[in-house]
Amino acid sequence: MMKRLLSLCLWTMFSLPLAVAASPEAPDRMIERLSVEILEKIKSDGALQAGESKKLNELIDSTVMPHVDFRRMTALAVGRNWRTATPEQQKQLMAEFRTLLIRTYSGALSSVGDQKVRMRPLRANPQDTDVIVRSEVLQPRGEPVQLDYRMMKASDGWKIYDVNVLGVWLVETYRTQFAQEVSAGGIEGLLRSLSEKNRQPPQNRS
Amino acid sequence: MSRAADCRAAASRVAPLFVALSLAGCATAGGASAGRDPLEPLNRAIFGFNDAVDRAVLKPVAQAYQDSLPVEAREIVGNVFGNLADLWTAANQLLQGKPAEAASDLSRFVLNSTLGFAGLADIATPAGFEKHREDFGQTLGRWGIPTGPYLVLPLLGPSNFRDAPARVVDAQGDLVLTIDSEGQRAGAAVLRVIDERAGLLRGERLVEGAALDRYAFIRDGYLQRRRNQVYDGNPPPSPDDDSGYDPADDPEGPAAPPPAPQPTPAGNR
Repeated sequence: MMKRLLSLCLWTMFSLPLAVAASPEAPDRMIERLSVEILEKIKSDGALQAGESKKLNELIDSTVMPHVDFRRMTALAVGRNWRTATPEQQKQLMAEFRTLLIRTYSGALSSVGDQKVRMRPLRANPQDTDVIVRSEVLQPRGEPVQLDYRMMKASDGWKIYDVNVLGVWLVETYRTQFAQEVSAGGIEGLLRSLSEKNRQPPQNRS
Repeated sequence: MSRAADCRAAASRVAPLFVALSLAGCATAGGASAGRDPLEPLNRAIFGFNDAVDRAVLKPVAQAYQDSLPVEAREIVGNVFGNLADLWTAANQLLQGKPAEAASDLSRFVLNSTLGFAGLADIATPAGFEKHREDFGQTLGRWGIPTGPYLVLPLLGPSNFRDAPARVVDAQGDLVLTIDSEGQRAGAAVLRVIDERAGLLRGERLVEGAALDRYAFIRDGYLQRRRNQVYDGNPPPSPDDDSGYDPADDPEGPAAPPPAPQPTPAGNR
């Protein structure tokens, strides 16, 4: 009896620290930490709120991108045509898509103020490697804004590969549009449309 | 310029009905959406018409409304219409078999109509009664009725074969339309449209910047959002959600995830 108890104690002592070291930060905890961090940075930085692109790019590169599998995100949006793109085209697609998304969302940063992020319960098993993390942005007025993330476990931690705002997934929304451009003008056609779009003057804001 | 872009350029120049004919040729380019949007040529024409009306009339009015009224006043307007809508939301919650939500939305209506001065103030939200929006289209969805094809309604915008007829039922539950005086009823209905349109001004700029094809962007966003609303934010995986891309086929793709840890042996339980 004692022997079994002792071995259980030993087993616990050795396996617990190992388990902690081996399992990366849980996906929902990671989103919570990042959300708070980014909201704080934007609130405390007027240049970011004004959508200043250099600062914004720095913030995204340092804080967001390490946790995003942007290659997967772009590939999923391009769909089955991704495999027909050359490695060079794939790189360009990722760069243009990134510019498009940053341009789009930088305009929304000016309205960041009193928002808080509330995590919704994670419905996943510990052994899952592909999960949906759900959160809500609480505003001083109006309904909460649903904000969800698709995440995948990679060798170096969890990576975001799709975002859902108000029930609309980013990748799915671009998929049809990308497919339209590819079927009309091939991958080159899609690249042209994206870079045309990115060269247009930014939208006026109020 | 791509074919899709040609179509858009044409749509903005020519009279809508004519566009319906000329678009029939190029809209087939979006084969990916054929299943959900078999009426795409017609829908694009109506979309173009709605857009023209919006640019000429509704948007300038909404912009003027937003610029001239202080934010507090607009909030009061939104609260009043929101409060009237809460009662119909509660009824739909009940029809969807969600008595707890129905009770919460009914409480919102009672609280805001009394202590909130006939709905001028939304005191129910800070008191912990979260705002919901339910309509009869969502109720039908909850009952298992599929959306059918996508449909753009003249002046009313994105809809589908399930939600468009459901609007007739929604109109029966619309308290604004029960106002006795015809003049006041019309005035209230117009004010509500302007208020809702003003609320879209910011989001619209986002779509403007984000979309390669505004029509497809709005359609795909609308269909996803409706599905999400039917399931109150927790939709089951969608059959549309298959991109045909498999990261396992991508030689330069990200490293495959580590194998899932095996379930722990029985001895640990």
